[in-house]
Amino acid sequence: MNYNWNWGILFREPYLGFLITGVITTIQLALIAWVVAFVLGSVLGVMRTLPSRIASSIAAVYVEVFRGIPLLVWFFLWFFVVPELLPREWGRWLKRDLPDPEFWTAVVALGLYTACRVAEQVRAGIQAIPRGQTMAGQAGGLSQAQIYRYILLPLAYRRIVPVLTSEFMTIFKNSSLALTIGVLELTAQARQIESFTFQGFEAFTAATVLYLVITLTVTVIMRQVEARTRIPGLLGQKGG
Amino acid sequence: MIEMHEVDKWYGTHNVLKRCTTHVAKGEVVVVCGPSGSGKSTLIKTVNGLEPFQGGRITVDGQAVTTSGRDLTRLRARIGMVFQSFELYPHMTVLDNVCLAQTVVLKRPRSEAEAKTEALLRRVGMIDHARKHPGQLSGGQQQRVAIARALAMDPIAMLFDEPTSALDPEMINEVLDVMTELALEGMTMMVVTHEMGFARRVAHRVVFMDDGQIVEDRSKDAFFDHPETDRAQLFLSKILHH
Repeated sequence: MNYNWNWGILFREPYLGFLITGVITTIQLALIAWVVAFVLGSVLGVMRTLPSRIASSIAAVYVEVFRGIPLLVWFFLWFFVVPELLPREWGRWLKRDLPDPEFWTAVVALGLYTACRVAEQVRAGIQAIPRGQTMAGQAGGLSQAQIYRYILLPLAYRRIVPVLTSEFMTIFKNSSLALTIGVLELTAQARQIESFTFQGFEAFTAATVLYLVITLTVTVIMRQVEARTRIPGLLGQKGG
Repeated sequence: MIEMHEVDKWYGTHNVLKRCTTHVAKGEVVVVCGPSGSGKSTLIKTVNGLEPFQGGRITVDGQAVTTSGRDLTRLRARIGMVFQSFELYPHMTVLDNVCLAQTVVLKRPRSEAEAKTEALLRRVGMIDHARKHPGQLSGGQQQRVAIARALAMDPIAMLFDEPTSALDPEMINEVLDVMTELALEGMTMMVVTHEMGFARRVAHRVVFMDDGQIVEDRSKDAFFDHPETDRAQLFLSKILHH
């Protein structure tokens, strides 16, 4: 293969700057979308376990719709289709006046999609808790909201830390799809370096390494979370 | 204190409680016994509405037990309950287990709740374990904490659903001792148990159930000395002679 390797390109401006802004955008996009996913996913997950038929059906429909459509299609729907379906004023605001519309559209697409995955984990986490715990709360006079707040959610979250770790990592990786609607995140910046310099191998190697660094950091942080929330005396709980 | 009148409960077509009528007077200790599957656990869980029932009427301290709603929640806070499998909250320390309902339901200030908790833990012999989590305790210790948790709400009555059935034999007495002490202090108690020694010592009345029905409901002495029905005689001969 006749290829002129030039790793130095990665450390030269403006390309180093491209990579840095790419990493920052990827992290911002993933973190904000994760907050959306975590909050909304928790609400939906709780709704699926409520005795109310209406609440659990709404959440079930949400989950089925969002996980049934590919994430890439969601990006296109939110970016190209939804603004046209909204009232004219809103659509115009989205397309013209919203600062950085690509970024915020990506946050919405990624956040709402990941929420359905978080919702399923939260639901499973709650349903795995023996019914006696709820009964103990009821017998103590706790309201349903208090039972969720003090008993079910703390137990469910602890149980699902490992699967949430994987969802949290996935949101960083999935954020790369945002390049399709023009967000200059890490993958898009690597492509940009490639098109300016024709040093595609170096650019994508850099992106690959940076993604790995991000996901490994996530793993380390979540290990800490897991260790801190571990319940004393229950080391061998479920499958462990 | 507790009045049950013709309580009927169905699981689909299966009639699990058949017109059960009994009562527990203030300060009285009533032991509910019977073969497994006879409905005694279900019966005691209807008293604070943990199990819904379809027919009949239950009142506690004059207040009707409904199927849901704020009134039921408020009533439950006044009735203590102890479960077969303890059901302590595993993610909380012993101290927090006993404080939780005091602070969030009764709105006691934390310091007051802790003082109350410490007094109760001392009473059940668990004060040295206040900072531990339930998973670090034996079954008997967990059950004593569960009793303290129920007592912390200053209940007007206590319900015990087979409190010693999940315990190793050597731990049964530490729990029964706490319950006996409670009974002698005049607590109103309804106890589902197979511990006939406990029933003989502290019960005032014994309710014997079989197949969803209350078959006998008599004073302790009458029940143990002259059980009326064949089923009760058979049950007693099996449970006492081994």
